[in-house]
Amino acid sequence: MQAKWINRLLLMPATVWLLVMLVLPLIFVIVFSFGERAPAGGYIPAFSFEQYANLPARFTAFKNTLTLAPLGTLAALLIAYPLAYYLAVKANPKWKTLLLVMVIVPFWTSILIRTYAWIYILGGRGIPHLLEFIGIDGVRLINTPFAVLVGIIYGYLPLMVFPIYVSLEKLDKRLLEASADLGSPPLRTFRQVTLPLSIPGVATGCMLVFILLMGEFLIPALLGGGKVFFIGNALVDLFLQSRNWAYGSAVAATLVIIMLVTVTLYMKLVARVGEQREDVSIL
Amino acid sequence: MTRPNDIEFTNVTKRFGDVVAVDNVSLSVERGAFFSFLGPSGCGKTTSLRMIAGFDQPTEGDVKLSGQSVVGVPPYKRPVNMVFQHYALFPHFNVGDNIGYGLRQRTPQPAKADIDRQVSEMLELVRLSGYENRRIWELSGGQQQRVALARALINHPTVLLLDEPLAALDRKLRREMQIELQTLQREVGITFILVTHDQEEALSMSDTICIMHDGQIVQTGSPTALYDDPVNRYVADFVGKSNFFEGKVVEADDHGAHIETASGRAFAGRNPRNAISLKNGSSAVLAVRPEIIFIASPKTGAPSNADVEAPAVIRNRIFLGEQTEYLVEAEGLGEVLVRAPKHAETQTGGFNPGDQVLIGWQSAAALALEDA
Repeated sequence: MQAKWINRLLLMPATVWLLVMLVLPLIFVIVFSFGERAPAGGYIPAFSFEQYANLPARFTAFKNTLTLAPLGTLAALLIAYPLAYYLAVKANPKWKTLLLVMVIVPFWTSILIRTYAWIYILGGRGIPHLLEFIGIDGVRLINTPFAVLVGIIYGYLPLMVFPIYVSLEKLDKRLLEASADLGSPPLRTFRQVTLPLSIPGVATGCMLVFILLMGEFLIPALLGGGKVFFIGNALVDLFLQSRNWAYGSAVAATLVIIMLVTVTLYMKLVARVGEQREDVSIL
Repeated sequence: MTRPNDIEFTNVTKRFGDVVAVDNVSLSVERGAFFSFLGPSGCGKTTSLRMIAGFDQPTEGDVKLSGQSVVGVPPYKRPVNMVFQHYALFPHFNVGDNIGYGLRQRTPQPAKADIDRQVSEMLELVRLSGYENRRIWELSGGQQQRVALARALINHPTVLLLDEPLAALDRKLRREMQIELQTLQREVGITFILVTHDQEEALSMSDTICIMHDGQIVQTGSPTALYDDPVNRYVADFVGKSNFFEGKVVEADDHGAHIETASGRAFAGRNPRNAISLKNGSSAVLAVRPEIIFIASPKTGAPSNADVEAPAVIRNRIFLGEQTEYLVEAEGLGEVLVRAPKHAETQTGGFNPGDQVLIGWQSAAALALEDA
């Protein structure tokens, strides 16, 4: 009986925090989304679907987010997997810690500064300038979807590397020997043993990166130059510039719903892969 | 007529950087034998096994399987299979898929019905019929062991390698599996190569044991030969229990030597190596197995065949069931371990710590060995 109360007491701060900082604001957003914009900006209570009917006006933001977030996740996965594999399986144990630290080092500097750096790398005096030297003219990189994608991969790579690294690291290397012993060449062993057993890490990494990307606004703001913008940028614009709270709330609520649907579908998919397995959980 | 050799090592050396794991080893294993590598960790036994499996390649020398050199041949192209320490079963497959894994790697892949049939045959062989759909983590240690065996045997390897296969099992199950492995070996009739640090395991199952130390073979022979005629102290110490009395050779001939211990007393001992290495003045050791030592009360006196005897005091008594182990402090010998069989105990009634006794042995049963 006492233990139960202690449990409740210990869960109190988290519960209060979630209620006040998550559930309550979410209710506000949903309520606001049915309201109207006050003439001077802000919100007037109402009950209309007008804001939702206006959503197509922000179609580009949704389109960009819903293409670049999955694409960025996939690209990060394709780059992170070999890196994580190298770190976990191939790297000399002597250098492993150093290499892992090097993956984290970028986090010691603010993402804002690091993304700023990309403006120069991708901008006119950066890579395009170098390309001119070897005779390739007129390449424009900055303010393109490509620039945003590069920024996304750069910023989120460690989040993808670590979960995969962990799942490959704890993979019993004798399983690979057992597979070879039973007649399977290295590539088949990778497909039949390594890859399936690293799925938990892949699932976690993709989930982390995808969820964060759906709400991303800094990278498109800096590297997309107002041409490639995400829903996050639309929200900043609606709430802070045009002060259209009602419409902003409708966009935000839609984003939440889209996330809810995609993440649920994703979890179902992962659960099906891991149906018969003990070692796969959603996160 | 000798049977063909399944495995042959010719001057095999394996170095990992500066470390010599296997040092110029030559050996051959007859087809159908139950052969064991025995030794402490780091003696090179596992590396030897891994060179047979193909996980490690020899730095120098040649490894042959069924007369064919396999140096440079990757593991997935060798007709040998292995039962790994801690089994290394695939956690993402069920029992049936684990066992059928080897068949699924073949090109062309056998039909599913064919795989299923062979899997169930294998399960029958290891007495796990009907376990196809069980998950690996639902099995006990002994069952996992059997699945690992079935998985390794399904490809009908010419040689089965077993890397400390029983180390993770409890004592009773280990005994059972020892018998089962022996039976299985007779049933499938292929060569079994066992790696173990457990002398009892090696003694009870193998036809031939190869004792290794620091990457080299110390002695190869049948369990009885190793027990009765160890070539040096290392082997005598590793195989069975033994008392060792260190000293110097004072007299040596073709059959044995007299060894003088620090107390100034000389003891005779047989030398299984025909005294080749025992020269006058060289340091040597007298090995006396605890079960050949008699223990008697001073009143009854020593048995007639004993020619060495010493008064002693009982320090400790351990009852082991069929026999009793005594640790005694003997005059001029120090601490001596003695094993008295149960039937001897019923006559004397046994001894207790503090009792004055007489111990001794027959010189012909003692061994004069190199102190290595």
